[in-house]
Amino acid sequence: MARIGVFICHCGHNIASTVNVEEVVEFAKTLPQVVVAEHNLYSCSEEGLGAIRKSIEDNKLDRVVVAACTPRTHEPLFRRTVEIAGINKYLFEFVNIREHDSWIHAKEPKEATEKAKKLVAMGVAKAALLEPQKEGESSVIPTAVVMGGGVAGLSAAASLIAQGIDTHIIERSDRLGGNLATVDVIGPEFASSSELLEALVKEIKASEKAHIHLASKATEVKGFVGNFEVSVEKDGRIEKIPAGAIIVATGAEEWTPSDEFGYGVVPGVITQMELERRLAKGPVSKRVAFIQCVGSRQSGREYCSRICCNTSLKNALRVLEGSPDARAWILHRDIMSSGTAPEHMYRLASEKGVRFIRYGLEHPPKTSSRNGSVAVEVFDVNLDEYIALEADLVVLATPMVAREDSAEVAKLLKVPVDKYGFFLEAHVKLRPVEFATDGVFLCGSARWPGSVNECVSQGMAAAAKAAIPIKKGKVTIEAITAQCDVDICAACGNCVLACPYEAIEIVETEGKRHAKVNEAQCKGCGTCVAACPNDAMQQRGFTTQQLGAMIDALVKKALEEAQ
Amino acid sequence: MTDFRPTILAFCCNWCSYAGADLAGVSRLQMPPNVNIIRVMCSASVKPEYVLKALSQGIDGVLVLGCHIGDCHYMTGNHRTAKRMPLVQKVMKETGLDERRLRLDWVSAAEGEKFQKVVTEFVQEIEKLGPNPLREVSF
Repeated sequence: MARIGVFICHCGHNIASTVNVEEVVEFAKTLPQVVVAEHNLYSCSEEGLGAIRKSIEDNKLDRVVVAACTPRTHEPLFRRTVEIAGINKYLFEFVNIREHDSWIHAKEPKEATEKAKKLVAMGVAKAALLEPQKEGESSVIPTAVVMGGGVAGLSAAASLIAQGIDTHIIERSDRLGGNLATVDVIGPEFASSSELLEALVKEIKASEKAHIHLASKATEVKGFVGNFEVSVEKDGRIEKIPAGAIIVATGAEEWTPSDEFGYGVVPGVITQMELERRLAKGPVSKRVAFIQCVGSRQSGREYCSRICCNTSLKNALRVLEGSPDARAWILHRDIMSSGTAPEHMYRLASEKGVRFIRYGLEHPPKTSSRNGSVAVEVFDVNLDEYIALEADLVVLATPMVAREDSAEVAKLLKVPVDKYGFFLEAHVKLRPVEFATDGVFLCGSARWPGSVNECVSQGMAAAAKAAIPIKKGKVTIEAITAQCDVDICAACGNCVLACPYEAIEIVETEGKRHAKVNEAQCKGCGTCVAACPNDAMQQRGFTTQQLGAMIDALVKKALEEAQ
Repeated sequence: MTDFRPTILAFCCNWCSYAGADLAGVSRLQMPPNVNIIRVMCSASVKPEYVLKALSQGIDGVLVLGCHIGDCHYMTGNHRTAKRMPLVQKVMKETGLDERRLRLDWVSAAEGEKFQKVVTEFVQEIEKLGPNPLREVSF
């Protein structure tokens, strides 16, 4: 028999103003194996946690159920608390009666209280069947792989190398620097890109910890956090690199228009990158019109590429610098130049005479050839009338798009991309630069179009995160992994096919074939559990018995209510 | 059956739909109090047996909510859910259970409103269908 303690949180008024907490406590006391049920004003406060610890001791509890907010934020705190009181942290069960109850049924206190009882009954039923778990540990290879040698990847690599970590940079092209190597001046500070890149490359090359693979490509990634093996192909030869962590810094590329705004048809219509290449060689034409949001912020590619407005501001200013009678127009839908330095650049551009003309998607600008110049007709939505311009160059500010091979890289590493092909981190705020897959990290424009300083800081952030398992030398594995009951496994292999991580294999022990889960590789999704026809595969903390007991508890409570 | 209050079980995946339900709560989006959530790590871990176990014991409806296709935390887990749940509905139909008592949908961590909509719609639909006929047998 388990000795379960149930703690219902008032969360101040958040729960208690809707749910009758005392009534739920009394109900909890009637549940099987519950030894004690209490309520706390704030279970997560030091006072509340202290009360839980004291109750564990006084009542010799061996299971704890807290009904409060969401496990997604507070489970680690309560797990630590029960652990301090001497209970294995996997013997703790969280019940959500705030986000999933009091907050969403604010006008139905009676029903919300009944629902809280159901949820608590389900939590207690599961808790009774919880088992103590031991987290696994595995060693870490003290080497990192950085995929991509652009400014984000180089920043990450430099930071790893400075920490004494052997770092392999895998770059698909035959040079380092990525997109930034095409650009010679970086806004909004008008800094030299080559100085930045050269300093980074020099720092990296000076270290014996650096291993640079140019014109190379990762073709296979095996393993898991701490124990990856990355196959790198160069000139048809494959080198296998063992690594503890991997950073994805594969970047993005400028979208090339088909024939939008006369691109490829009207001479003088070029893209921003083409302008960058020309500007790197010296002053360009005197009259330049920039068209913003070409192929972005519209149906099919809804996102804002973020860097194009600042790039056009920077380049418009450079055009004006080229000659006293130079002119620059920026045809935009909104100028996105947030932040102190970019906003300053926008003001500077206004002062220096860059003309801003706002257009709408209903009347996009039109371009045509006229006497060796480009004629631009644009409907200014602020003036409510058409304006005609004559320019030597029309620069199309197209968005950064995911590289064509991003889907391939995603497949290789088993990490997700969004609908535009950009990589998705585990959590925007809680775990940026990290993938949900342990040991794989992310930085730069592969994640989302980023400015140079964003790419640099993300590179450093990813390196700091990647260094954690490498410096620790070991990784712990949350004990929610799947396990196979060898006795009832029929070695059908359904789980092997179902596993998205190739973590299961069929092996033979003492003449019996059965499935075996590689714990370090298992991410605890439970897909194999549902695929198993024999119930041999069980996910720790989510076993069929535990979830079945929750269903039974719900049925029982609903029955009582119906009578 | 004007006072019929359905009892509904929902399986929500930890990463998307459970977080979407959390967001609905944080946003104070109001909805009927009939849905009781079991958190699983991935919708692909929901065994058909769970759904049938609940329905055969008189639970009026089961919701299975996962991440949108392409957004699964476990990459392709929800592809399996997408294939599996229609099969469960087929089994339900063949055994005389109204397949509308099981609904599969996708709710992202950012879709509190979608969670509210799915819950509200499903409760209304189950109210229209009336109590699970197996309720009489098991209750």
